[in-house]
Amino acid sequence: MRKLLLSSVSLGLLAAPALAEISDGKVRIGILNDQSGVYADFGGKFSYEAARMAVEDFGGTVLDAPIEVVTADHQNKPDIASNIARQWYDTEQVDTIMELTTSSVALAVQALSVDAKKITMTTGAATTELTGAQCSPYGFHWAYDTHALAVGTGGALVKEGGDSWYFLTADYAFGYSLEENTGEFVKSQGGEVLGAVRHPLAITDYSSFLLQAQASGAKVIGLANAGADTQNSIKQAAEFGITAGGQRLAALLFTLAEVHGIGADSAQGLTLTESFYWNRTPESREFAERFKERTGAMPNMVHAGTYSAVTSYLKAIEAAGTDETEAVAAKLHEMPVEDFFAESGKVAPNGRMISDVYLLEVKAPGDITEEWDYFNVLATIPGDEAYMDPAESGCPLVQG
Amino acid sequence: MIFGVPVQALMGQLLVGLINGSFYALLSLGLAVIFGLLRVINFAHGAQYMLGAFVALLLLTVGGVNYWFALILAPLFVGLFGAIVERTMLSRLYKLDHLYGLLFTFGLALAIEGTFRYFFGASGKPYAAPAQLTGAVNLGFMFLPIYRGWVVIASLIVCFAVWFMIEKTRLGAYLRAATENPVLVQSFGINVPLLLTLTYALGAGLAAFAGVLAAPVYQVSPLMGTNLIIIVFAVVVVGGMGSILGAIVTGYMLGVVEGLTKVFYPEASNIVIFVIMAIVLILRPAGLFGKDA
Repeated sequence: MRKLLLSSVSLGLLAAPALAEISDGKVRIGILNDQSGVYADFGGKFSYEAARMAVEDFGGTVLDAPIEVVTADHQNKPDIASNIARQWYDTEQVDTIMELTTSSVALAVQALSVDAKKITMTTGAATTELTGAQCSPYGFHWAYDTHALAVGTGGALVKEGGDSWYFLTADYAFGYSLEENTGEFVKSQGGEVLGAVRHPLAITDYSSFLLQAQASGAKVIGLANAGADTQNSIKQAAEFGITAGGQRLAALLFTLAEVHGIGADSAQGLTLTESFYWNRTPESREFAERFKERTGAMPNMVHAGTYSAVTSYLKAIEAAGTDETEAVAAKLHEMPVEDFFAESGKVAPNGRMISDVYLLEVKAPGDITEEWDYFNVLATIPGDEAYMDPAESGCPLVQG
Repeated sequence: MIFGVPVQALMGQLLVGLINGSFYALLSLGLAVIFGLLRVINFAHGAQYMLGAFVALLLLTVGGVNYWFALILAPLFVGLFGAIVERTMLSRLYKLDHLYGLLFTFGLALAIEGTFRYFFGASGKPYAAPAQLTGAVNLGFMFLPIYRGWVVIASLIVCFAVWFMIEKTRLGAYLRAATENPVLVQSFGINVPLLLTLTYALGAGLAAFAGVLAAPVYQVSPLMGTNLIIIVFAVVVVGGMGSILGAIVTGYMLGVVEGLTKVFYPEASNIVIFVIMAIVLILRPAGLFGKDA
């Protein structure tokens, strides 16, 4: 009996140092995004489910410590998001915050996390500012950004002769970033930007703005908005005869979730850019089928990207042998990203995860043979072309 | 050119404003009826509007019932739902402060919208316009979708009918009397609680009617009412709480003002109505058409 006691004590002593590498004895991942507003299908509870799948597939523990996923709704408001983030870090032992749909929110939480010395991995927000002037040593940006969308969708349309653009822009950080990136890219390809109109987030009627875009005579109307805003813009553009009149719509941020929402009838022929399409490889398909079983929907790039980010984070903890922020961030920067989402991904010094993006086209309703199989893959854009050169991103961490 | 904007473009914007005004008018009409006669601030109005659109969608996808029948059936269903809510819950709050009615309907709206978001997701579903009303006419200065023209006409007819019923018919007179002095009206043998239930059902039905009208224009989504309801409240306040004519006229008027703002200063288009509301509250606290100052 005494022997048994002794050995269990010594076992305990042996086990203790290993556990001590993980703060509070567990790894807690926070998924913070919009779960009730315009972006609830774009990311929402689906991203939470993707994160949980990543944890389960990882085995539920890392370095013998259990992994937990917590989630909250930030309602697209940076102040609410900041409060939740502080509470998570200060009192609820959350080690990292991920997803962060809505650029204004992502910028706020990433900045706050530098002070708290915590890792953020953004998959749902688009602005290049996250890895540009406002980059962070602990901030990572997965899945996509406005630069990749501009190069993908913008580039494709300019190539097809759409050399004059007018923008319909959501009036906040993300819209500006998307408009600016796309405008610059269009100009660099020899096109011109005739003007832009800024609309408030989450309104219902876009016809006034669309009429202004129509009157501009631009060949392409760039929709620098997202989620339900883009859906209604597309529907109403068809209604007012804009597409029938020969002007093309560029849905700059439009994913599988939104295409499913408006249906192939309204969306057919649209070109769009995503860094993931479920029906592209056997590996992506395998994940997508499991995801659909749990959520009832096929994943878009935000959901798949969240899975990839969570997995990479856990791999980095394992490689570092600790969940200490500096060590994990260093591993994330140095390890390649290889999974069904990114085949040969790498993380640039500014925190940008660089992997291929895909130019997609929505099929005509008659060509869709399988539910959710909405896209043809038109082209694969190599990551180095799609994302901004880190040296030109304006991120102070790169110069050093 | 007017202020640097071509006249043709301006005409187009005025028309678009009028179309949006039609929705504001229909929705604020229902709110004004409920507030004017029941003194309840119906925060569930946006949810009832959304319910109307979803009932139309479900009738089409599940039952194969077309748009025209949905335009009648959806308001009836939602009206019935309103009647049940009024009878079983809301009527218990009449004796209390108005705040309780507001809180109750607000909670109800959150519960309904949350439930629909759970089952249908935030991006919602499309609803096609009926074949008779698809296409567009070229008016010279703009391309007018036929469906939008129908929205303006339908809304004008319904607004007039409701105004006429309440202000000019015997039933309307009972209703107005019942709110002035329920005890006295009851003593004449008129069933006042029934009248109140019918009024709430009418308001809810009007919201659902607007919802069906909106279904082909906007995405049918659980959030469609949330985005609109605050504006509609502002419309009712500007028009004068409870004034039926005020709600209708102000609805159209603010739709046009908002449309013009979208041309001259688009960034302010979602607050211009509230700026007007603030000005009206300062200068005429009872609203433009309010009776008691």
